[in-house]
Amino acid sequence: MLLKEYLPIVVFIALGIGFGLVPLLAGFLIAPSRPNKAKESPYECGFEAIETGRAPFDLRFYLVAILFILFDLETAFLFPWAVSLRKISSLGFFSMLFFLGLLLIGFLYEWCKGALEWE
Amino acid sequence: MLEAWLTLIWIVIKILLIILPLMGAVAYLTLAERKIIGRMQARMGPNRAGLFGVLQPLADGLKLLCKEIILPSSANRFLFIVSPILVLAPALAVWAVIPFSEGLVLANINAGVLYLLAMTSLGVYGILIAGWSSNSKYAFYGSMRAAAQVISYEISMGFALAGVLLASGSMNLSQIVLRQAGGVWHWFVIPLFPLFFVYWVSAIAETNRAPFDVAEGESEIVAGFHVEYSGMGFAIFFLAEYANMIFVSTLAVLLFFGGWLSPFEGIPILGKWFAWMPGIIWLLAKISLFLFLYLWLRATFPRYRYDQIMRLGWKILIPLSLLWVIVVALFVYYHVGIWFA
Repeated sequence: MLLKEYLPIVVFIALGIGFGLVPLLAGFLIAPSRPNKAKESPYECGFEAIETGRAPFDLRFYLVAILFILFDLETAFLFPWAVSLRKISSLGFFSMLFFLGLLLIGFLYEWCKGALEWE
Repeated sequence: MLEAWLTLIWIVIKILLIILPLMGAVAYLTLAERKIIGRMQARMGPNRAGLFGVLQPLADGLKLLCKEIILPSSANRFLFIVSPILVLAPALAVWAVIPFSEGLVLANINAGVLYLLAMTSLGVYGILIAGWSSNSKYAFYGSMRAAAQVISYEISMGFALAGVLLASGSMNLSQIVLRQAGGVWHWFVIPLFPLFFVYWVSAIAETNRAPFDVAEGESEIVAGFHVEYSGMGFAIFFLAEYANMIFVSTLAVLLFFGGWLSPFEGIPILGKWFAWMPGIIWLLAKISLFLFLYLWLRATFPRYRYDQIMRLGWKILIPLSLLWVIVVALFVYYHVGIWFA
């Protein structure tokens, strides 16, 4: 039963890609293509582009990504526990609460250290 | 062999029965948006193409199809062309596990919610790749903003989903809806109201819609990550954004508002009057309400600043949702009320 239920999903993803591909191809076939230098240059309002797109960016975007990995893993931990909470003993219940408590301390530490500040 | 092909064809037909109405809904959601926001701002909205503008989406689609697809000379061509597809495919694929009524579901898998979380996360790649491959500073800044915003709000959304899983004890979407049977007061929105609030705000931020649309921010970075796209490339991003709006509204209805269940269930006289209504009509009506809410919010709120968005996500929604997940866990553990009996 298990894998058979997933077959429609695989087909759906393939069709989803198809639904993106076909209009794009149709667009390339139907629409005119008359490129010139000004049209192909990166967008800028009223003058030639000064910087390229490969500019340095704020380090805080990295920080957000790292924090995201931590917290996303934690939600991945939470899901199986949440589903089976009615079947596990009080040990399972309270150990997860202990884990969440630890996490909360870590979160507060980040907060106090200013990792969540954007100014 | 023949039987396998027949099964496959049958699956494809069923998928088309989901995708084609969805495309129609997307087309007319754009018209509804322009009409409703127009009315809210004391304008008429589009009214030239067809009666009251009903042909406007078709005219828009045709026009976009006939517009040149510009490939910027500095762009990374392969990634530039592939990224709209990377955004659209997951936006469509999520519909594989959505139950439209009891038993009316394409793939009734047990890990439904997990699948949805995985698929919605995949959309970020398309946005990031689109912004990077355009090699334009506006597109790059837009995609950085969009990616950081989407992953930040995904955490609080994940916690909100965990709360629903706690309350329902299942990751199967049909099971989650059936858990809310028995009347309006059984719907999860009542015990999980703070999580519903977190979910809805996160959902608006995840789809990059107003008031959290800094990733597009017309007035500061033109159109964000899709500034370099024209013609069909742009149309596909647009399609994916609106398909995601409809999906997120559907998920809100399924998880918190009883999915296809009638709101009059269990009420003496009204319940009988509306008993003949098929579930899918209730589902569509509830989804429409949420979509209207989307448009209403866009017409009402000014855009947030980026630092305000990050503060709201990290310092308000994440602590609030984490706290309420613990509260719900305690509710479930001590069998509080009619929801967790």
